[in-house]
Amino acid sequence: MAMKLARPETLYDQATHYCPGCGHGIVHRLLGEVIDELDIREKVIGTAPVGCAVLLYDYFNCDIIECAHGRPPAVATGIKRVLPDRVVFTYQGDGDLAAIGTTETVHTANRGENITTIFINNAVYGMTGGQMAPTTITGQWTTTTPAGRGGNQEGPPLKVCELLSSLEGVAYLERVAVSSPKDVGQAKKAIRKAFETQIKGKGFSLVEILSMCPTDWKQSPKQAVDFVNNKLKQVFPLGVFRDWDE
Amino acid sequence: MAEAAIQAGCRFYAGYPITPQNEVPEYMSRRMPEAGGVFIQAEAELSAINMLFGAAAAGARCMTSSSSPGISLKQEGISYIAAAELPCVIANVQRGGPGLGNIRASQADYFQSVKGGGHGDYRLIVLAPSTLPELYKLTMNAFDYADYYKNPVLILSDGILGQMVEPIEIRPYEPILDLPEKDYILDGCKGREARVIKTLFLHPADMLMQRNMHLVKKYEKICTELQLAEEYETSDAQLVIAAYGITARIAKGAVGMARAQNMKVGLIRPITLWPFPKQNFKELAKRIDKFLVVEMSNGQFIEDVKLAIECERPVEFLGCGGGWYPSAENIFEKIQEVIGD
Repeated sequence: MAMKLARPETLYDQATHYCPGCGHGIVHRLLGEVIDELDIREKVIGTAPVGCAVLLYDYFNCDIIECAHGRPPAVATGIKRVLPDRVVFTYQGDGDLAAIGTTETVHTANRGENITTIFINNAVYGMTGGQMAPTTITGQWTTTTPAGRGGNQEGPPLKVCELLSSLEGVAYLERVAVSSPKDVGQAKKAIRKAFETQIKGKGFSLVEILSMCPTDWKQSPKQAVDFVNNKLKQVFPLGVFRDWDE
Repeated sequence: MAEAAIQAGCRFYAGYPITPQNEVPEYMSRRMPEAGGVFIQAEAELSAINMLFGAAAAGARCMTSSSSPGISLKQEGISYIAAAELPCVIANVQRGGPGLGNIRASQADYFQSVKGGGHGDYRLIVLAPSTLPELYKLTMNAFDYADYYKNPVLILSDGILGQMVEPIEIRPYEPILDLPEKDYILDGCKGREARVIKTLFLHPADMLMQRNMHLVKKYEKICTELQLAEEYETSDAQLVIAAYGITARIAKGAVGMARAQNMKVGLIRPITLWPFPKQNFKELAKRIDKFLVVEMSNGQFIEDVKLAIECERPVEFLGCGGGWYPSAENIFEKIQEVIGD
């Protein structure tokens, strides 16, 4: 019987350091499968972020550069402009992409840099222990919003897809989740479409993935899945925000 | 400087406008596409230096330029590039500081340039040209030093060099070093193991220490091989002026004035500020009476002079920050005062 769920060649045979119930492992798997299916592993250069996914290079069997917090889009720009026929992706969390690196994100998207960004939105700073992220939802408790976000003039959560959808350089923009089997299937389709966008030279592509962080949300894995499905999806509606193909 | 970079094979430039160095990105925006390279006007200094991080990792000879406040912003990226041992060239056309300062020439970024600037234990190779022909030559050499030592190289000039006009001979680039193969490039892992460029070293606990010791050994090698200085009229000198960059050029005039009065005055001009040409200073300290340090800042360069000679000779000082620059007459007056003491 053929192995249908064999480990993708793009992933090393290596257990990850992620907490039980975390979404990173699912997204790593999807990303590995897509890179395999598009047969681009030997053409890919990825960037590792500051945050929980900093050890990306321990799991992905492809060229990877680890970047400073917020700077992956600039680093990816440098690589892609020097090697335009390679496939370049950034893998970033919410603090990286939408707080300290907002400048890089907006301008890289606006220039239409032909790269792909995988954006993990779990509404919290994971690595540093659960502080407020730019995407923390109103009322959400974090270690730096003890009264819930909104109680101390933090402003509402920043919506990245909505923000970027007005930029002409953006070719493909979709928000997905990994909190149900159906969502995982759609997330994979979106990641694949984003890479195809780059391979066809259409410009900047980004997939925002609503993901679970049970540890810093102080929830069980099951509660965390429910939190994505019942709370985050209300604030961050899923769907395609921009598609060069339509 | 921009043309020298192109001649040396620089094919990636990213920068952000700031006075007094806007001529460099403007020239690059026109010339780089002709040369088949990439020019990007970045959205921020931080972005520009991080674009270099990527371009260097992808194997390109790359460069950015800025002026003092902009160089401060780039320090994060410079630390990462130095930690990752990637080559790139950074030019600082210094202006007055601190803060927004002014747009007059200055040498007030000396400490920032030679003592680190960004976080962590690292060094930049720092080159200090004093004329435009030398700026042209050192810019070309900078790319070789960067590739040879796998280290960022900083060209430290100032607003006078940045704005002056002087004839130069455009010479084709010739490598001055036997350059190693770039075996670290990230270009997709076709036919080889996947490569990683990283600066985080968590496990085992002493891994960063080992990594830093590797850097220390490299820095020691650079110190041994690359101490460059020019000496002028020092063979019989009793007083030697120590100055770098444009200040040294002005000081040469003062040495001429002193020599016309039969005063035994010479000049030492470091060309590399890091590594500091300690050897030249040590030799001079054995046979001269006194040093006179002249710098367009309030006492930064003088510290390295004193360290190099281990305070074995008196060191007089003429310097000022904030956009002041000395005339040859100012320096000559100081020479008279010092010798008259």
